[in-house]
Amino acid sequence: MRRLLATSLLAALSAAAFGQKSAADGIAEYRAMLADGNPAELFEAKGEDLWKKKRGPKNASLEQCDLGKGPGVVKGAWVEMPRYFADTGRVQDLESRLLTCMETLQGLSAKEIAATPFGKGEQASMEGLVAWISAESRGKKLNLPQAHAEERRMFEMGKRAFFFRGGPMDFSCASCHGEEGKRIRLQDLPNLTKNPGDGIGFAAWPAYRVSSGELWSMQRRLNDCYRQQRFPYPGYASDVTIALGVYMGVNAKGAESIAPAIKR
Amino acid sequence: MADPMRIRAQAAGDKTTVRVLMSHEMETGQRKDAAGKVIPAWFIQEVTANHNGKPVMTAQWGPSVAKNPFLQFVIKGAKAGDKVAIAWKDNKGDSRTDEATVS
Repeated sequence: MRRLLATSLLAALSAAAFGQKSAADGIAEYRAMLADGNPAELFEAKGEDLWKKKRGPKNASLEQCDLGKGPGVVKGAWVEMPRYFADTGRVQDLESRLLTCMETLQGLSAKEIAATPFGKGEQASMEGLVAWISAESRGKKLNLPQAHAEERRMFEMGKRAFFFRGGPMDFSCASCHGEEGKRIRLQDLPNLTKNPGDGIGFAAWPAYRVSSGELWSMQRRLNDCYRQQRFPYPGYASDVTIALGVYMGVNAKGAESIAPAIKR
Repeated sequence: MADPMRIRAQAAGDKTTVRVLMSHEMETGQRKDAAGKVIPAWFIQEVTANHNGKPVMTAQWGPSVAKNPFLQFVIKGAKAGDKVAIAWKDNKGDSRTDEATVS
């Protein structure tokens, strides 16, 4: 009798498990439904245009911009950034590199763009550019170089920034992203201290956010992480954000980039 | 002038699946800006689809449709090489037409 009860209970439980999806499954299903019509495509089209259009005081296009694979090479550039650039003597991520190009080639002020709020003015151009450039590396595996001493230094700096606790809630990036199986509300959080897998974490940004209808670049994503930790905002394209990019990017080595992805 | 739409039309048998991404703010008229003033409504009101110049679908939309809308529908009898044109008109009178070839 007891055995019978146990089996029927088990049957009832598994039926419930079938009927009710886990939150993660629900979110994955929702993303799959949206992926077909990812509005990031609209940003990609804009970005390609912006790359080729002559703009700025110097009336030049960005086609001579060197993203690390030689002037004008866009394909595969995204999965190898941030990296060291000899001409500026700095490790740069895509956005700080674009700032350099916009300044040197087009004559726009990098300082002014960095001070512009997200989504406004030239920052809106930035959204399109990162969407297109990252899309040109879609499906490729992350492979950030660590050959240069400066790149290894930035990795160490990024690691320190990642584990640095502070702010009114005594948070660090690692508080949420340093262990497996953590989540915020229903959202599973990737463990960014190692490779969280294909298309997760670093390999999923930039992404289109359905909730705000905007395309978020990596810099904007980091900015929001700091907001959630109640830290002061990091400067746009500042060294600490680049260092974090190096740390997360190197950790995610071998993961397939699906950027620009789609997020809730 | 609004940004172009992205239209994909793929034939499979006698059915052609058309997928359209439109670039539009789709303001509901219910939101307020930082100063507390209502942001005026601004949304697509009318969508039409033409297959080789012949209307095959019209839709009336309202403010509840999401920003940067995605629309998918099926046309019966369209073949590869046919033209599919999508047009929208918003409540401010702005409009946009884009065309794609069935593949």
